[in-house]
Amino acid sequence: MTLWFVFALMTVAAIFAVLWPLGRATPATSGGSEANVYKDQLAEIERDLASGLIGASEAEAARVEIGRRLLAAVDGEAAAAPKANLPLRRSAAVAALVGLPVMAAAFYLALGSPQLGDFPLAARSRMADVNQPLANLVAQVEAHLEKNPTDGRGWNVLAPVLSRLGRYDDAVRAYRNSITYNGDSSERRADLGEALTGVAGGVVTAEAKAEFERAVAQNADDPKANYFLGLAAEQDGRKDDAASIWRAMLAKAPADAPWRSLVQASLTRVGGGVVAPALSNETMAAAKDMSADDRSAMIRGMVDRLATRLKQDGNDVEGWLRLVRAYMVMGERDKAVAALTDARQAVANDAERLRQLNEGLKNLGLDG
Amino acid sequence: MIAEAGHYALVLALGLALIQSIVPMLGARWGDVALMNVARSTALAQLLFVGASFIALVMLHVTSDFSVVNVFENSHSMKPLIYKITGVWGNHEGSMLLWVSILALFGGLVAAFGNNLPLTLRAHVLAVQAWIASAFYLFILLTSNPFLRIANPPIEGRDLNPVLQDIGLAVHPPMLYLGYVGFSISFSFAVAALIEGRIDAAWARWVRPWTLLAWIFLTLGIAMGSYWAYYELGWGGWWFWDPVENASLMPWLAGTALLHSAVVMEKRNALKVWTILLSILTFSLSLLGTFVVRSGVLTSVHAFATDPARGVFILLILCLFIGGSLSLYAARAASLKQGGLFAPISREGALVLNNLFLTTACATVFIGTLYPLALEVLTGDKISVGAPFFNLTFGPLFVPLMIAVPFGPLLAWKRGDLLGAAQRLTAAGIAALIAIAVLWAWTRGGASFAPLAIGLAVFVVAGALTDLAERLGLFRLPFGTSVQRARGLPRAAWGTAFAHAGVGIALIGIVCETTWNSEYIGTMKPGDSAKVAGYELKLDDIGQRQGPNFREMVARFTVGLDGKTLSVMTPSKRNFTTRGASTTEAALLTRGVSQLYISLGDIAADGGIAVRIYHKPMVLLIWFGPVLMAFGGFLSLSDRRLRVGAPKPAKAARALQAAE
Repeated sequence: MTLWFVFALMTVAAIFAVLWPLGRATPATSGGSEANVYKDQLAEIERDLASGLIGASEAEAARVEIGRRLLAAVDGEAAAAPKANLPLRRSAAVAALVGLPVMAAAFYLALGSPQLGDFPLAARSRMADVNQPLANLVAQVEAHLEKNPTDGRGWNVLAPVLSRLGRYDDAVRAYRNSITYNGDSSERRADLGEALTGVAGGVVTAEAKAEFERAVAQNADDPKANYFLGLAAEQDGRKDDAASIWRAMLAKAPADAPWRSLVQASLTRVGGGVVAPALSNETMAAAKDMSADDRSAMIRGMVDRLATRLKQDGNDVEGWLRLVRAYMVMGERDKAVAALTDARQAVANDAERLRQLNEGLKNLGLDG
Repeated sequence: MIAEAGHYALVLALGLALIQSIVPMLGARWGDVALMNVARSTALAQLLFVGASFIALVMLHVTSDFSVVNVFENSHSMKPLIYKITGVWGNHEGSMLLWVSILALFGGLVAAFGNNLPLTLRAHVLAVQAWIASAFYLFILLTSNPFLRIANPPIEGRDLNPVLQDIGLAVHPPMLYLGYVGFSISFSFAVAALIEGRIDAAWARWVRPWTLLAWIFLTLGIAMGSYWAYYELGWGGWWFWDPVENASLMPWLAGTALLHSAVVMEKRNALKVWTILLSILTFSLSLLGTFVVRSGVLTSVHAFATDPARGVFILLILCLFIGGSLSLYAARAASLKQGGLFAPISREGALVLNNLFLTTACATVFIGTLYPLALEVLTGDKISVGAPFFNLTFGPLFVPLMIAVPFGPLLAWKRGDLLGAAQRLTAAGIAALIAIAVLWAWTRGGASFAPLAIGLAVFVVAGALTDLAERLGLFRLPFGTSVQRARGLPRAAWGTAFAHAGVGIALIGIVCETTWNSEYIGTMKPGDSAKVAGYELKLDDIGQRQGPNFREMVARFTVGLDGKTLSVMTPSKRNFTTRGASTTEAALLTRGVSQLYISLGDIAADGGIAVRIYHKPMVLLIWFGPVLMAFGGFLSLSDRRLRVGAPKPAKAARALQAAE
C-alpha cells in the first residue's frame, strides 16, 4: 500500500510541475534580449578601458561595432507582445492531468514489478535457514570458503552438493581442495573422477580415469572407482574388460550393496549379464524396447532355461554360480539355496569343481 | 520499494520529458509565456525524478539487493563499498542511467540559470534537450532497464568485471559523460537557433562557457581513462588507437574546434554559422561514440553487453538526431545572418586555421575508426586500422597546428600583424632550437624525429609563456608594473596560456615515452635481479594474499640505483573466483615525472615468473599536460567578465598603440 501511496505522491508532484507555470497569470520575467547583451558589452568595454586592458583606439573601434549591432537588434525587436493562448493552455493542463498518469501507469505496469518488495542482503541473511533454497546455502558456504580457503570440512560438505547441482566445474575444484586440505582417500579420488566425468558430459576422460586408478590403488574394492573404470573400458569399446571388472565387483560385493542393481544393469548392457549368459544383439535390442514386466519375464525365462540345462548337465560350475546369483538378484533366496544344494550334489564327485564352487559361493555371501 | 520507486521515477521523467518536448514549442510558436515557462519547471522536475531514480539504483547496489537483475549481474556482497557505488555505472544499464542523469542535470542548469536568455530561445533549447532525453529514456526503459526484478533473488551476485574494480571507474566515466553530454547544450542551442531562424547574441554568450565546461570534463575524462588503461591493463601503453578511445577523441577534437570558434563568436560576432555546424557535429560525434561503444559493434572492455536490439535502437536515435539536425542546418543555414568580417591574418583567421586542422584531424580519426566497420558490413572483410595509419595521418596534421598555436594569441582581432607576432615569438623559437640541438647532441643519432618533435613542444610551451610575457610587459617594463598587470590580466588570458602550454607538455611526454622507453621482459625467480635504465630490480619473494573478494599473488621487488636501495615495489596478479577472471596490478614507482613500471605474467613450471619491467621517461607529462589544459579551462571559466574582442582599428593604429 505504501508503494502506491508513494507513486501517487510522485505523480502529483510531476503534474504540479506542469500545472504551476500554466496557473500563473503573467510571469514577471520577460527574459533577456539581444539588446541587453550589447548594452552589457558596451559597459564591459568601458571597464576594460578603465583598467587598461585595451587601448583607447581599440575601445573606440569596439564601441562603433557594437553600437551598430545594438541598433540592428533594437530594430528587429519590435516583436509581437506575449499573449495568452487559453485553448492551448487548457490542452496542456489536460495532457498533464490525464496523459501523464495514464502514460506512466501504462509504462510502469508493463515493465515494473510492484508486487516485489525490497530484498537487501542484510535482511535476507537473517532469514530462517530452512526457507532458503539450496542454491542460497551453497552460495553462503562458497562465500565462507572464499574467505577461509583452507577449511577442508567446508570443501567436503560443498563438493557433493555442487556435483548434485550439476556444477561439475566447481565440484572438481571443491574436490581438489578437499583432497588438499583433508588428505587423500580413495573415496575423494573417486568422487573427483566422477565430477570430472560430469564435466565431460558423462565421458570418462583420461584425466578422470587417472583419478579412478589412483582411488583403486588406495582401495582396490572402491565400488565407485571400479564401476567407472568399467564404464571407461566400455566407452573404449573393450566390453569384455568392462564386463569382467563389473562381474568381479558383483562377486565381491555384499548382497545389500545399494549399487548392485546399477552394476547389474551395466553388466547386462555390455552383454556380460549374469542372468543373460549369451544374449544376442537382437535379444539385447529387443530387451531395450521392452516394458519392465516384459523384461523381467524374459529374464525369468532365461533363468529357467539355465536351471533346466544345469539339471541335465551339472558339471558347469560357472553356470551354477550364475544361477545362484541370478536368484539372489531376483530376491528369491529360497530358490538360491535350493540351487546351491543341487549344485553341491552335482559336483560332489569332483573335488576340484567343488572347491571352485565353494570359492564362488563365498563371494556371494550366501552361506555367511 | 526502492527499486520500484526508482523505476516509477524514471517513467515519470519520460512523461515530463515528452511534455517538455512539445508544450514549450507550441508556446514559442503562439507566443504564450506560460506555455514556454512549462519547459523550465518540467526540466527541473525531470532532474529531480531522474536524480531520485539514479540514487535509488545506487542504494540498491549498496544494499546488495540481488532481486534487481542489474545488481545481481554486476555486484557482489563482498565488494568494497566504493566499488559497489562505482559499479552502478560499471555496466550498460547503469551507465545509461548516469548518461540521462547528467543530461537532466544540464537541462536543469539551463532552466535554473537561463534568466538572461530570451524566452523563446530558452523554450526551444529546453524542448530540444527534452527530445534527446525522451529518446534515451525510451531506450533505457525498453531495452536496457536497470530496474528489472528477479522474483526469487539469488543470494550472491555475479560480481563486477574485475578490470573495472578500480578507483578509475569512480572518475573516468562520470567525467567522460559530463563531457559528452555537456556538448548537448551547445547542440540544443544550435538546433534552437536553426528553428528560430536567427542566431541570438545571447547564444554567443552562452555557448562558450558551456562548451568549455564540457571540454574540461572530456579532457580530464580522456586523460584519466588513458592513465587507467596504462596502469591497469598491464602493457604499459597509454593510447592504443582503439576504436573506443577514438570515439572519445573525435568529440574532443571537434569540441576543441568548437571552443575556439565559440570564442570568435562570443567576442567578435563572427563565424556563427560555422559554430552552429560544429555544435551539431560535436554532439553528433558524442552520440556516435555512445553508439559505437554501447551497441556491441565493437568488443572491448567498454562493451559491457551486446544486444542487437540496443544497437538498432541507438542507431535509430543517431539517425534521427544527426540526420534531423543536419537537414535542419541545410535548410536554414543559408538564411542565417552572417557575422562580422575579418582579414585572413588576424586572431579570427588563426582560429579558423585551428578549426580547419582540428576538424581535418577529427575526420582522419573518423575514417580510421569507421572504415573497418563499414568494410566489414559491406564485404565481410576484417581489417584493422591501427597506430601506423593514425601516426601517418594524424601526426602531419598536428605538426603545423602546433607551429600555429603560439601565433594565435599574439595576433590582434580583425586584422593582425604576422611579422610582429613572429618577431615576438623569436625567443620561443630560439628556445626550441636550443632544445633540439641539445637533445641531438645528447642522444647522438637515434630517432631523429624525437628532438625535432620535442623542439616543437618547447616552442609551444615557450610561445604560451611569450604571450603571457607580452601581456605583462615583462622585461620591457619595471617589474612592479608587470606584477600589477599580472593582477589585472583577465583569468581567461592565463587560462589560454596554461592550456596551450599543457598541449606542449603533453607532447614532450608522448615523444619521450615512445622514444626512450626501455624495457626488460623475462622470467625471474626469487633472488634474480634485472637491470633497466640504470635501476637494479631484485625479486625478493612471491607470496599469496587474500583480498576482500579476490586472492592475489604478490611479488616484492627491491629497487636500487647505484647500489643504494630506493624503494620496494609490489606488483600483483589478482584472481577473482566469482567471475573466474584475473587482473594484473602493475606496480609504479614515480621518479620525478618518469616512472618504473612492473607487471607480472604467469608463473612458469620451474617456479619462475614472467615479468615485464619498463622505464618510462617523462611519462607523467602525458597526463600532466591535459590536467594543465583543464586547469586553464577552469581559469577561463571562472572569468565571469563579458568577452568583447576589441578589434584593431583600421588606420592610425600605430600612432596610438603607445597608449597601451
